Amino acid sequence: MKSLLLIMVPVVAAALALLWPDNRTRPALLPAAGSIHTLLSFWLFFDAPAVDPGAWLAFDPLARAVLPVVSLLFLICAWYGVSYLKERSERPNRIFVAALLAVLGLLSAGHQARHVGLLWIFTEAVTLAAVPLLHFNGTPRAFEATWKYLLVGGTGIALSLLGSLCLGYASLYGGGAGDLTFVALMSQGAGLSRPWVLIAWVLLLVGYGTKMGLAPMHTWKPEAYGEAPGIVGAILAGGVTSVAFTAILRVRAVVGAAGAGQIADHTLLAIGLFSMLVAALFLLGTRDFKRMLAYSSVEHMGILSIGAALGPAGVAAALFHVWSNGLTKGALFLSAGNIRRAAGSASMDDVRGMGVLTPRSAAIFVTGMFAVTACPPFGPFFSELKVVRAALETGHGAATAMFLGCLLLAFFGLTRVVFGIVDGRPRNSAKTGGKRFAETAGVILPPLVLLGLSLWLGLFTPRVLQETWSAAVAQLYPTP
Amino acid sequence: MNSNLNLLIGLAMGLNLVALGSSRLPTLIRAMSAQGVMLGVMPLLMDHEPDWRVALVALATIAGKGLVIPSLLRRAMRTVQIDRELDPLIGFVPSMLLGAGGAIAALALTHLLPLLPEHAGLLLVPGALATMLTGFILLIGRTKAISQVCGYLILENGIYLFGLLLIKAMPLMVEAGVLLDVTVGVFIIGIIVDRIQRAFDSLDTRKLTALRE
Repeated sequence: MKSLLLIMVPVVAAALALLWPDNRTRPALLPAAGSIHTLLSFWLFFDAPAVDPGAWLAFDPLARAVLPVVSLLFLICAWYGVSYLKERSERPNRIFVAALLAVLGLLSAGHQARHVGLLWIFTEAVTLAAVPLLHFNGTPRAFEATWKYLLVGGTGIALSLLGSLCLGYASLYGGGAGDLTFVALMSQGAGLSRPWVLIAWVLLLVGYGTKMGLAPMHTWKPEAYGEAPGIVGAILAGGVTSVAFTAILRVRAVVGAAGAGQIADHTLLAIGLFSMLVAALFLLGTRDFKRMLAYSSVEHMGILSIGAALGPAGVAAALFHVWSNGLTKGALFLSAGNIRRAAGSASMDDVRGMGVLTPRSAAIFVTGMFAVTACPPFGPFFSELKVVRAALETGHGAATAMFLGCLLLAFFGLTRVVFGIVDGRPRNSAKTGGKRFAETAGVILPPLVLLGLSLWLGLFTPRVLQETWSAAVAQLYPTP
Repeated sequence: MNSNLNLLIGLAMGLNLVALGSSRLPTLIRAMSAQGVMLGVMPLLMDHEPDWRVALVALATIAGKGLVIPSLLRRAMRTVQIDRELDPLIGFVPSMLLGAGGAIAALALTHLLPLLPEHAGLLLVPGALATMLTGFILLIGRTKAISQVCGYLILENGIYLFGLLLIKAMPLMVEAGVLLDVTVGVFIIGIIVDRIQRAFDSLDTRKLTALRE
């Protein structure tokens, strides 16, 4: 019941946002729904419900391992959103607020979906619900970004549907009765038709990988994250990608049960390393600090994919990384949004000396950059360390070396851009831009809290969280 | 029964070539909507005993793919006053040859795939492969947003053809959801097309190049 409320509360709030007459007070629905959602998901987190194995929709261990961080991230972004939308009161926010809430509801549904078709429907719906968020700014560049997002994302989602159908046919060919829950598919195991399972795996990896933003299907990401408001970037990078990642994990478990786990792991490892390499190379070239965050996100999706390829220990590390990356990226996106608005541009060529103009946001941005490039003692350091350890334990020496090399390149790329905009003297144009950007508590505290959470996650990884990740791993790798 | 179904699939595959070979957008949209209607009739030919859920899928497909979406596209076409694809990235004759070659390859390839005996005599799988290929050629090879939307729809049609293999075993709720999503997706794409028009005064996606490294 509570797990259904996780979906219903944001959806009802979204409907309410559509009907709410006042543009000024409407954004308050975001933290209101976000608070209830966070409360519910942590209640379920600490008091895990019994899951009916045949259920199509349930708060199962995998949902329990990921959904709370999504709702926490959303809540903090929602507080930021209130101040952000107050500043942008000239634009109607009816659709924006409703779409944001709808995304939260659909994400909760997608994380809890235990049926191949249902999971696809919710992922598709999230993709569509995010469209209004991307062109909130209404500029030609935002439309361009939205168009690319729709074409690339739409094709990805079409391929994942085809993959789901192939998985269905694999079950049918193996004598299945048409039950397409992941549990049923896993119990059918070796009975699944192997060629169809492999076709399904490739299509689903490409399809959901597009949604995640793995290279070479990442092309929508820099455009979308570069043009959307910071709050949207934070929720897309921390929330929407995580639902695609858990989708891949669930499918990987079925492929593993069908006896093709090794092939799946090889492809995951290859695509993960490729994503890291592509992201690192683009990070060395980009001059736009919001696009930089997008490439950094591609890099971290690569890390998740590598973790998923490394067996139980790697998957636990990847789930840890979902938390640490989501929270840290949130802090970066929100502080980058502040800097972007204060500077009036996102390009290194125009922006300089933000350490003087927006000292607090710049401090968070720099600290967040160190956190996301895995400097201890922040969360990403420990989660990436676990990935490395899992890689070494499973004998992937060359992959580990490449992994570390990409991290180093990404570090160079990120520091180059971040210090380029923070250091130096402010440009005149930024100062004469009319009203000066005020660093109020409403836009500083949310990223600061996210950064604090990332630090806390690194220093004192709670035992209950580790147990949750192990429980999720046990769901994905059942012991016969 | 099966021969009727195969005839329809063959016709739908022929329409793929029409879609690939025509430079006029109205022809492309007409081919697409005719294909949509054929796709809608197919589930009725597959089942021996009438089932209201199958009938519902058929009705929704005919209404959506055959009527609603084409009329939306025609409206979009009128708003932007474009009815020709002038300089595609992949020419019309090459794309037709590619599509025809793809259809032959799909027929040959299907023998390699393990199929249940009741599906072995059907053209559903080669039809699906050829149609998806057509969709991809249109998506990649055309520059006008409306042609790309048509390409995306034909790609979806191909996936639908494949889905027909599962219509008996797979819960129809999923099917209905699929249809709904496809329609909504096109709605939104339609709005975007409209907006792009206002922002760029042209429907040429090649001009969408402000964002690049």
